[in-house]
Amino acid sequence: MTNTLHRFGDAESFRDDYIVFAIASRGKNDEGALEKLQRFLRMAIPFKPVNLGDARNGGSLRPCKKMHPTSHWNRDMKPDFEAVVKGFTHITTAAAVFDSRVAAEDFFKAVKEAELGLSINISTSVDGAEQCCHVAGVPRHSVGYSLGFEGKTEKLPNSQVLLLSTMCGHGMVANSLAKKMIDWVKEGRRTPEEAASYLQRFCSCGVFNPSRAKRILEDARVSTK
Amino acid sequence: MTINPKKCVACGNCTYVCPMGAIYIDPVIKRATINRTECVECYACYNGLSQEQLNPTVVRTMRKIFQKMRLRFDPEPDVCPTSAFEPDELTWPRVVRRAFSDPRVPHESTGIEGRGTEEVKTNDVSDRVSVGEVGFTIEFGRPGVGVWFRDIQKACWALAKAGVKFEKKNPITSLMSDVATGTIQGDVMGEKLMSAIIEIKVPVARTEEIVRLVWQIEKEVDTVVVLGVGTRCDADGEENVVAPILERLGYKLERAKTNTGLGRITNSSEDRTNEPASVGAGK
Repeated sequence: MTNTLHRFGDAESFRDDYIVFAIASRGKNDEGALEKLQRFLRMAIPFKPVNLGDARNGGSLRPCKKMHPTSHWNRDMKPDFEAVVKGFTHITTAAAVFDSRVAAEDFFKAVKEAELGLSINISTSVDGAEQCCHVAGVPRHSVGYSLGFEGKTEKLPNSQVLLLSTMCGHGMVANSLAKKMIDWVKEGRRTPEEAASYLQRFCSCGVFNPSRAKRILEDARVSTK
Repeated sequence: MTINPKKCVACGNCTYVCPMGAIYIDPVIKRATINRTECVECYACYNGLSQEQLNPTVVRTMRKIFQKMRLRFDPEPDVCPTSAFEPDELTWPRVVRRAFSDPRVPHESTGIEGRGTEEVKTNDVSDRVSVGEVGFTIEFGRPGVGVWFRDIQKACWALAKAGVKFEKKNPITSLMSDVATGTIQGDVMGEKLMSAIIEIKVPVARTEEIVRLVWQIEKEVDTVVVLGVGTRCDADGEENVVAPILERLGYKLERAKTNTGLGRITNSSEDRTNEPASVGAGK
């Protein structure tokens, strides 16, 4: 599934959105891939990702299945990167999300040096990914362009909602919840950070970018649209 | 998916988290209810909401008192206070809804994991899209609109008529009873999905023709469409073949997924076919 490819926004809006992910191919390089994918995730932590995740278990902030009533006043909002690494028990796609180009470049350089043998992809603006490859001295192998949303676009919500909801390409972040969070931030009922954390928990593979979401919510607070 | 009316307290949190907008508070029974026609079995409600195990009677009583006093509730918006969601045992053909809509489960209907498309993510080891080729991922229903199989059928017929080759390891292709004509088996036509991807591969020379064909298809289907176009870069990492075609067609290329070419075939007994899918759900 093209989960990170079709994020809504122009190239400028991806200035704080870099997803580096590793994937194994069955029959080609999946032997010993579990340890390599785990290593990939662990390697990302020092580069200060804003999210880390695997496609089966989710990201660094997850829903709680046995929530204590008092936790409403003491909600855990800190990402747990170690839990993602330790919980990586099946071979699946592993992703690290960065809100800084420099961090993504540095991490990609480290991944290159580690010679994991896994397919490594970068999902961001066309130029952003090209720059990461250039800095690491790696010629791009293939590129998959997103051509944006077409067809019956009158069925889509406004652009601010789309900026938020398309950060989960699997569609788990509902447009209506994104709209509600924008409204709550406008009303002052929640901070952009809190609102972003609610949205983040619905992303089932950990590629939601809470830092970009926070910025979008900040912008939406004063927007008249 | 079902909401247990004995547990539901009609707090309304779930009405916002449903990507299809298929949950509403029934004014007669005063409980959250799922519109089963529109529900795509994505499990965003069940998997995404945090869950408390509060006593429903106590919660309902408190809500009534607060409502009488015109006090506004301000609970966490991502919590089901009474764990009221209960998954159904899905049978054919409804099970295809979940297979195409819930990213956490393997493709129960077809045996393919995730939503089953590879595009260029593992192209450095699979050579799925070779030099001189273009891989198209034509996705219907995304973001947050959904798509009925009958619309996907229209698209498959139109593409087959143009003589394109459908990707074999793709969930839509695997549901075709006749790949040559792009005919999907009839018993799934009444099913709605979160989104679905038709995957085809053509020579670079056909890029413009396919884009124009998709524009025609977009007029025939009642949903949104998003195109992904995958191709190989040259030895220097440059891509100056497909991008100019797309730009000439009016596209501004803002975002891409870039395969960096670091993948290596490392298995001791390599599978030389190019068919195996990647392991696990895609990004």
